[in-house]
Amino acid sequence: MNEHLIVRVITKMLVPFILLFALYVQMHGDFGPGGGFQAGVIFATAFIVYAIVFGMIPTLRAMPVGIVAAMVSLGVMLYAGVGFAAIVAGGSFLDYSVFDTQDPAHGQHLGILLVELGVGITVSGVLMAIFFTFAERYSR
Amino acid sequence: MERLIAVIPVLLLIALALTIVRLRSLLAIAILSGVYSLMMALVFTVLDAVDVAFTEASVGAGITLTLMLAAMSLTTRREAAKPRNRLRDGAALIVAIIVGLAFVYATLHMPMLGDPAAPIHLHVAPRYIAQGPVETGVPNMVTSILASYRGYDTLGEVTVIFTAGIGVIALLWRWGRDER
Repeated sequence: MNEHLIVRVITKMLVPFILLFALYVQMHGDFGPGGGFQAGVIFATAFIVYAIVFGMIPTLRAMPVGIVAAMVSLGVMLYAGVGFAAIVAGGSFLDYSVFDTQDPAHGQHLGILLVELGVGITVSGVLMAIFFTFAERYSR
Repeated sequence: MERLIAVIPVLLLIALALTIVRLRSLLAIAILSGVYSLMMALVFTVLDAVDVAFTEASVGAGITLTLMLAAMSLTTRREAAKPRNRLRDGAALIVAIIVGLAFVYATLHMPMLGDPAAPIHLHVAPRYIAQGPVETGVPNMVTSILASYRGYDTLGEVTVIFTAGIGVIALLWRWGRDER
């Protein structure tokens, strides 16, 4: 798509806002619609759109494959890690109330934010990994 | 008026499904599947399930279509024509009609859509609605149920996505490998 000037300009303008919207959906999922899953999809979409329009080489400068591969497992580890942290803090698995002994609701809120972040990281990592894999095969 | 708004996307869903069945071009099928998901997101919005609608619009209409097109770039864009077999097609049609009628029959026994006396609204839902914001400090009920009350299920879902990603990586990933 290198020859389409309008597509290139519009994409370059849109990508930062797509990323910002993904972070908004991620962090605002507790008050509005959305959450880690939707945010992860939108976050991955930004890089996929960029890769479709500008190719894989500039995309990999922004998002190296090593980071994508790490994100795939990092999110699950963060989610399960929060669960085990609750055990260490004296509760049961994934019981976030123990994170704040004065205000259990605050601990719950913190735990929810962290596991949603884990969901977002894994979802965006998996989607980018799948697309990058196809793109690598296609360019060969 | 509200019922009419709900009916239009459903009619479009039927039209899209029939069109997809008749098409041979995989590119057109992929794009129409994306439109189907978008209509489905509209239906979910009418049903006040905004979180589900959001997921359907971003995943079904957005990322699935993109991944389908990416997969198509590695294969062909047209479905191979199969020879007609009247006996097989007729049997398939009869089975599909019987199953469809069975589903319609099953819905007759279900409570009406949005019925507040439906069993599903009388079990744990009232407690989540009343106590969710107090216990978790999260106003969005969907988030509090998914991430806290049903946190174990969501961990399982994330593991499923993780497994899918690992599967693709194990089978097809070639980044950073020196191959001829």
